[in-house]
Amino acid sequence: MDFWSNPVQAAGVWLTGVFAGWGMNADAAGILTAFIGILALISVVMVLDIFLVWTERKIVARFQDRLGPNRVGPFGLIQPFADIIKLIIKENIYPIGVDKVVFNLAPVLMMMSVLLLWAVLPLAPVLFGVDLNVGVLYLIGVGSLGTLSIIMAGWSSNNKFALLGSFRQVAVMISYEIPMVVALLIPTVLSGKMGVNEIVQAQEVWYIVLAPLAFLLFLISATAELGRAPFDLTEAESELIAGHHIEYSGMKFGLFYAAELLHTFTFGGLIAAFFFGGWRGPWVEQVPMLGLLWFFIKATIGYWIFGWIKYTMPRIRIDKMLDLNWKFLVPFSFVLLMFIALMNELLRDTSFYAIGMFLSNILFGWVTLEILRRRARGEREKLEGAKHNDHVVTTSVVHSD
Amino acid sequence: MTAMQIIFLITAAVMLGSAFMVVTTKNLVHAALWLIVTLFGAAVLFATLNAGFIAVIQVVVYIGAIAILFIFAVMLTRRTMSETGAGLNPNWWLSAAIAVILFGGLAWLLRGWDGFSKAAPALPSGFDSVGALSQALVSPEAYVLPFEVASVLLLAALVGAVYIAFQKKGEE
Repeated sequence: MDFWSNPVQAAGVWLTGVFAGWGMNADAAGILTAFIGILALISVVMVLDIFLVWTERKIVARFQDRLGPNRVGPFGLIQPFADIIKLIIKENIYPIGVDKVVFNLAPVLMMMSVLLLWAVLPLAPVLFGVDLNVGVLYLIGVGSLGTLSIIMAGWSSNNKFALLGSFRQVAVMISYEIPMVVALLIPTVLSGKMGVNEIVQAQEVWYIVLAPLAFLLFLISATAELGRAPFDLTEAESELIAGHHIEYSGMKFGLFYAAELLHTFTFGGLIAAFFFGGWRGPWVEQVPMLGLLWFFIKATIGYWIFGWIKYTMPRIRIDKMLDLNWKFLVPFSFVLLMFIALMNELLRDTSFYAIGMFLSNILFGWVTLEILRRRARGEREKLEGAKHNDHVVTTSVVHSD
Repeated sequence: MTAMQIIFLITAAVMLGSAFMVVTTKNLVHAALWLIVTLFGAAVLFATLNAGFIAVIQVVVYIGAIAILFIFAVMLTRRTMSETGAGLNPNWWLSAAIAVILFGGLAWLLRGWDGFSKAAPALPSGFDSVGALSQALVSPEAYVLPFEVASVLLLAALVGAVYIAFQKKGEE
């Protein structure tokens, strides 16, 4: 029973014992076991990544009314392996003027920034890399490494399109980081904790019920942070060919592609942990490892939402996108944070806490929509008035040139 | 030698080496990337001192924002792929002298400090360092005044930036 309540720890203890039995000192045995644990987690995640390629291609195929990969193996399941073999045996191309070290470092750093996120994701009540007490901030910090790798790729490629793509990405990531941080602050405020596992433990009621607007805010800013459509301006095939990874070939491109998919799945996991109760589910108290199943089901739903958004929305222009962030999401997120903190204090000890929080969120969203509608109507009337008087369209409409 | 000392020595060596590369490399973007390595080393040092919050803030602020803005500025203002000019200007001996004086002064100030030979006291398990830090930042007995002054400074910078970027109506 002891083994089944916490098999990973049991395996770790057993392994440390084996190493100590070989005459290794206790510290070294502990460190070696930790390394094996890290290696195991990364291997599982990377194998998952291989199947994400298949899932992604199947999802996009369904959205575009076709079948997707269906030739290699049952349901095309072997297709990603064929892809990987093809990518690995491709020629390694360095264009003229490439800064080789930075050029090679960028895809590795990209993959690393995604894998580092898994260190704090609680997969089950007893299964997580580390229970960092500043987990939420750690997620933001690791995200900035991803931005860095995109700049490195764009600059070292010696290609104007790549550089333009990475400029756009930096503008987007620095801007959308603000609403994302605030959206992550809201679970922190509700639970009073900053560790991801602690936040999951505090979710007696899922935070999507207590703060649905924070969930929407996180979803939008995470889509921008991931650089996926409708915010995939860094790639923008029709304008920049492929943006920062234009000059990459073979497995280096493969790393960018795999990192993007895994990043998306990881954000699905974050959505699960912060808003869908992470590993919480029926029978988890009796069998803690069941949390793994619930977590992956919820993470897959999050991943599917990102796919759904990506394949149904057209790309947004860069100035519209930054407008949306700075003129709407940033002020909205600040007011929402204050509002939720206030409501949380007022309703915390009452019997209608969950329903009260939910309804106050709905009210807040309705008021926001009403303000936006009034403002849009005002703008439109101004515009129509201007047209009527045969004037040139005013500066408020033509955006900053 | 304990594991902590080994980690400290490796980190310090990496930081010194990369800091040296920052000032000697001719390529500005490479200098910025080496600077990121140095700043990351500082984050590692904070982490070994049990200051996890400061370590993560170091990464978020210095690597996530400031270093990326550096790179951005360099890329926008220079022809970055070519190595431009010498890495050192004629005043290099002056800055080297100032650096030596600064180091000497700090070493002189710290000569009687007994912290070099002491190990950091172990924190009690379950110690809430983030909570203690946030209490200190808003408590009148501790750092509420510096904290508020820093906030006012940042607000002033924000207002200044908006003023500079602001386009008056009717002015194209």
